[in-house]
Amino acid sequence: MTERLQIENLYKIFSNQPQPAMDLLARGADKDEVQAETGMVVGLNNVSLTVPTGAMYMIMGLSGSGKSTLARCVNRLNEPTAGRILLDGEDIVALNDHDLREVRRTRISMVFQHFALLPNRTVIENVEFGLKLRGLAVKKRRSRAEDVLSIVGLDRWGYHFPHELSGGMRQRVGLARALATDADVLVMDEAFSALDPLIRTEMQDELLRLQRSLKKTILFITHDFQEALKLGNVIAIMADGKVMREGTPQSIVSEPGSDYVAAFTNDVDRSRLFDAASVMQAGTPVASAGRVKVVAGEGTGGFALNDEGRVVGRIDAASLDRARSGGNIDAEAQSDFLSVRRDSKLLDVARMCRGTQDLAVTDEDGRFVGIVSPSKVLAAISATSQAGSKRPTEETLHA
Amino acid sequence: MLEADDLAIFPVDVWISDAVQWVALNLRPLFIAIKWPIENLLTFIDGIMHATPFPVMVLVMALLAYVLANRNIAIFTVIVLVLIAAMGVWDPAMTTLALISTAIFFCAVIGLPIGIWSARSDRVWNIVRPVLDVMQTTPTFVYLVPVVMLFGVGTVPGEVAVVIAAAPPLIRFTNLGIRMVDHEIVEAGMAFGANRRQLLWEIQIPMAIPTILGGLNQTVLTAMVMSVVVAMIGAEGLGLIVLQGIGRLDVGRAAIGGIAIVLLAMMLDRITQKMAEPKRASARSRWLAAFNLDRIFSRRDEGEPVATQSGSNA
Repeated sequence: MTERLQIENLYKIFSNQPQPAMDLLARGADKDEVQAETGMVVGLNNVSLTVPTGAMYMIMGLSGSGKSTLARCVNRLNEPTAGRILLDGEDIVALNDHDLREVRRTRISMVFQHFALLPNRTVIENVEFGLKLRGLAVKKRRSRAEDVLSIVGLDRWGYHFPHELSGGMRQRVGLARALATDADVLVMDEAFSALDPLIRTEMQDELLRLQRSLKKTILFITHDFQEALKLGNVIAIMADGKVMREGTPQSIVSEPGSDYVAAFTNDVDRSRLFDAASVMQAGTPVASAGRVKVVAGEGTGGFALNDEGRVVGRIDAASLDRARSGGNIDAEAQSDFLSVRRDSKLLDVARMCRGTQDLAVTDEDGRFVGIVSPSKVLAAISATSQAGSKRPTEETLHA
Repeated sequence: MLEADDLAIFPVDVWISDAVQWVALNLRPLFIAIKWPIENLLTFIDGIMHATPFPVMVLVMALLAYVLANRNIAIFTVIVLVLIAAMGVWDPAMTTLALISTAIFFCAVIGLPIGIWSARSDRVWNIVRPVLDVMQTTPTFVYLVPVVMLFGVGTVPGEVAVVIAAAPPLIRFTNLGIRMVDHEIVEAGMAFGANRRQLLWEIQIPMAIPTILGGLNQTVLTAMVMSVVVAMIGAEGLGLIVLQGIGRLDVGRAAIGGIAIVLLAMMLDRITQKMAEPKRASARSRWLAAFNLDRIFSRRDEGEPVATQSGSNA
């Protein structure tokens, strides 16, 4: 099973007697209608989603969209009204108090927007807080806390108090506290929203760096679409207690699916979001001349490949025509060809462009996978997404 | 013309005196049981206060002030105690101090649990709050009548009145302090799997301590005021000097009683107010500092160097 967390038909009504609201929702009423009719606030309206193990799952939405409610339902700081939350197949909603505490102590931890550190305790005491609640002996929890503090780069700050630290450092403490319990699932509720823009970028990079080695399953709540794009493997966009759109960052930007979602994608910097693979076209084999294979794209030129599939030279339009008609062009490959890796962002691809010359796209091992033309790069960078627009092709050809 | 007195047909005074008499007669064992611990502790503390030689007492109080507050307040404490001795009211001042110390003990024993309970249950608070309102708006004199009826006259019944008058601020502040703890921090505790007991002892109480100490300050001052008033029902101490001075029209004697009370009150207020200020060094580190032992111990203490962090100018 690869999904760590599975949320099924989750509802949250803020009321002691939620039944009337649930009845209305069942009849298809939306959040505003329920509120007008019953005065009850609908936090979540039939939310279902699946968080794969090791994913950075972003829940993005504006205030009042239910994103924080959803996060807080996962560890039942908010009690769901109906639905199931499966953690490794076990329903959290059905747990009794004792088992719920065990889950909170060992399997789900949380990072808070305003850090929520204990001001009267030192940094290291804050970090070991979860372990103390679990009843771990002083020595063990202290050494674990020291390890985690050095992971987040605060090993020299253990015996300072939170008020002596900057905002970014405090949130590192919050992160260390969450990591200390070694929980598989991390819920980060607007974790970087209270930080200055520069510090926030730094923390995002730090989280990405940590995640490469930790491979936690992270449920990250944010109201910042750029942040969601930067950090997320998968993004769920919420509005009025519902998931409007779920998908990879690239697929959401290229196919928003609704005007509501499209509005977020308008000022997205596509040059940093999309990579060469998203705009390349497969090369068509044109001719095989001895040990060298020639491929061409839709443009005027092509590339010569050796038998390992590596690019050895550029073939210009005239030579290509001769190759098509069966001529020998062995000596005509020019060595001043341009190539980019397929995971290069368009920004870097654009930097490489020279005139109208096509670029070869290679995989991680340097083998040819496709061709990209500068005009395609420009078109992709300057595109605006409309509700129904098609996403760029992701087909690749292994020559 | 209708006179207001024509309406005076409710014999409330009769009802109440009947009720109090009935209670006094029938619940006598209860009041003896209440009186017993108060009487014993008061006698004990009073005995210590009077048995301690004057210089030792000054030294102990100064040290206490230094540990709980700071050096300036320790110096102030010495000056106050010497002045009181110089006015020749040392013995009654010690009696008053014993009254107040005993009252603080009982207020803490009664007030803290009630305050904590009130903070954790709205239902309890809804019952406790009106009781506190009545207790705090009732003029201090009015306490004396039922106390005399139920407990008799003298220093011990006086002490009962002091405890009753001084407990409400501590209950209120304890309740307030716990309820005011940052919601996100309480949630963090729950998110990491704290049970109710851990939530209380690991998060709520530690964070409420500055507020609770603020309540303690109020309790001390109320106890101070009440310890003077209860001279009217025969309690000893500085209040008795003032009462005697007034009774004999001896302005001088009444005045020294009054001045001693003001000095003592200022001393207690300063000490307890400093306690309530946040970001103090731990009491332990201040004890060490008082004896200049902090240097010796701080090196061995690297596990919890609270002493070295924010100690110096609290």
